[in-house]
Amino acid sequence: MSTDFTYDLTIHHAPDEGGHFLANGTLFGGCFAAETLMQPLKEIETAFFEAWADDEFQAERLSLLKHYAGRATPLYHAQRLSKEVGGAQIYLKREDLNHTGAHKLNNTIGQALLARRMGKKKVIAETGAGQHGVATATVAALFDMQCDIYMGREDMRRQAPNVFRMKLLGANVIPVDSGTATLKDAVNEALRVWVANCEDTFYIFGTAAGPHPFPIMVRQFHTVIGQEARAQCLEQAGKLPDVAVACVGGGSNAIGLLHPLRDDDIRLVAVEAAGYGLETKEHAAALCKGKAGIIHGSLSYLLENDEGQVQPTHSISAGLDYPGVGPELAAMMESGRLEVDSATDDEALAAFQTLTKIEGIIPALESSHAIAAGMRIAAGMKPEHIVLINLSGRGDKDLGTVMDKLAVNAEGEAA
Amino acid sequence: MSRLSDVFSRCKSAHRSALVSYLTAGDPNIKTSEILLNTLAAQSDILEIGMPFSDPMADGPVIQAASERALAAGTHIQDVFRLTAQVRQQHPDLGIVLMGYANIPFVLGFENFAKQAVSAGADAVLLVDIPPEEGHICDAIFQQYGLDRILLLSPTSTEERIQLVCKHASGFIYYVSLNGITGADMGDMAAIEQQVGHIRKHTTLPLCVGFGVKTAKQAQEVGNFADGVVIGSHFVHTIPTHIADLETMNQALKQASLSIKEALLA
Ligand SMILES: Cc1ncc(COP(=O)(O)O)c(C=O)c1O
Repeated sequence: MSTDFTYDLTIHHAPDEGGHFLANGTLFGGCFAAETLMQPLKEIETAFFEAWADDEFQAERLSLLKHYAGRATPLYHAQRLSKEVGGAQIYLKREDLNHTGAHKLNNTIGQALLARRMGKKKVIAETGAGQHGVATATVAALFDMQCDIYMGREDMRRQAPNVFRMKLLGANVIPVDSGTATLKDAVNEALRVWVANCEDTFYIFGTAAGPHPFPIMVRQFHTVIGQEARAQCLEQAGKLPDVAVACVGGGSNAIGLLHPLRDDDIRLVAVEAAGYGLETKEHAAALCKGKAGIIHGSLSYLLENDEGQVQPTHSISAGLDYPGVGPELAAMMESGRLEVDSATDDEALAAFQTLTKIEGIIPALESSHAIAAGMRIAAGMKPEHIVLINLSGRGDKDLGTVMDKLAVNAEGEAA
Repeated sequence: MSRLSDVFSRCKSAHRSALVSYLTAGDPNIKTSEILLNTLAAQSDILEIGMPFSDPMADGPVIQAASERALAAGTHIQDVFRLTAQVRQQHPDLGIVLMGYANIPFVLGFENFAKQAVSAGADAVLLVDIPPEEGHICDAIFQQYGLDRILLLSPTSTEERIQLVCKHASGFIYYVSLNGITGADMGDMAAIEQQVGHIRKHTTLPLCVGFGVKTAKQAQEVGNFADGVVIGSHFVHTIPTHIADLETMNQALKQASLSIKEALLA
């Protein structure tokens, strides 16, 4: 799209004042935070809603999204993939072409502008795949802010190229060894650091989860995805998609794509990481297999044992390897508006290879889960139908993981 | 009157501040934990019994590690109740607070939790991540079962929040002396005293001060203006320090608590 895209800046389906999303009388979200964080969170909430209503803030945000991030990202009709699948037409929302290679920058631009507006000189963030860390380090470089990124040591190993990118961008990457040394522990550690430094530090939360106001704020910054995709699909195909599909870690790319479509007559599908299979314990499918629980400031679905201890998760993709999920997606599932699906490590890996070979697009392993499920769904539909898949990021960061995994699989086959 | 208010009136008559001690239940294992909890209970006016949790977001490394040890040793919530009951049996006048994170009672069901907590002999519950705004999920049940709900205040709490917390808290109010996690270094004493004085204008509840209190001297200073002094990491730390020898561990905990107790009596 060459002309300026016009975004709808109205906040639709807002949670209640306390950040609760209600579905059939069940409550999700909220602000389950320690007292020390309550006031800093209130300040962010106030600042966010003020900024959102401020034309100048929006003009600067949208200008950065356009000229710096490169929005609007394309909607691409993947014709060869559609033919290969032999069902519905598959359209890919190309968030992989967003600057830094994933949707994550939409959110960090918004939050960094907010941090600057609030006079904070320092930003911190957690990261799993490293994409949110890179997106945060990027805006910190742009706005000349000090930046500390907390990352599980296991994830640093899996996503080494992103660790180096963050360092090049001038951020400190601080390894987290506690618990399972993955994303949830990085969130714990970032929260601990934030508690001690909330005076001068802004916590740029990376997904549409966490305590209020993060779920609503992160969602608003990402609705550009769904708003663009909706208009682009109408323009290119002359109609809305029949199904919209996105992968879910904490839920930011999913809510960004799906929220602007929720009042349309469209099937909305969230795809979780099934790891070694939903029948095993080694997955990260909080919506499919979790129960209600409270973690990281929010009431939502959670992978936990019968006594509320959070369970270790597994996914081939670090960005989906998280035991919780954003409260709004949980509420949308509860109310029946959202379908949940999943893809295993192997299915994601196969989709990764298929998209690469057939379309010349190397997807992130996270996004490969959405591709895998989207292809499956499209296969059962007719050629006049449209399946819209959020290609949330590009796969360069995953080449090491894929290389190792393919080598192991080949050995297995040879044996 | 609740047992907690009895505790504070007794301390008040003795012109001293209450010693509020913390240990994580099941640390380093259930059997030893029973001994340690009773050792600490003997020196304390109120015992906070920590319910181990996989993701202790508000805790520093010392108490995080305590949770990890307790869970690794196979501590279940039923063990926490059992340990509580054992402490209660030996210490009928002790105030007992079950402390931890929201998800444990939430998953058990607040009603089920409250019932078992009361029958084990707990007087109050302190859930770090249920601020007054989210009290709607548990307050009515705790009240029905006669469990006090301890709430926190911190240096970031505004006037409005102080009023809100004072309105919803019962038992006592726990003033977190610093913006940080458990086990950090203590903030400026004069500022803490001033803030405690300020909170008093809003409540008649006893005010306890904690987070970062490690030395007898600090405890004594805090005791001069607070109704209770909370000591956690300093006591928990004796466990990993003497992990190889349970007898010295128990002795070290006894010594540590005695020296704080003496400072409060002085
Ligand atoms: C490319 C990509 N997609 C998806 C995710 C998952 O996060 P979310 O569910 O917030 O979109 C990540 C997280 O790192 C990511 O890097």
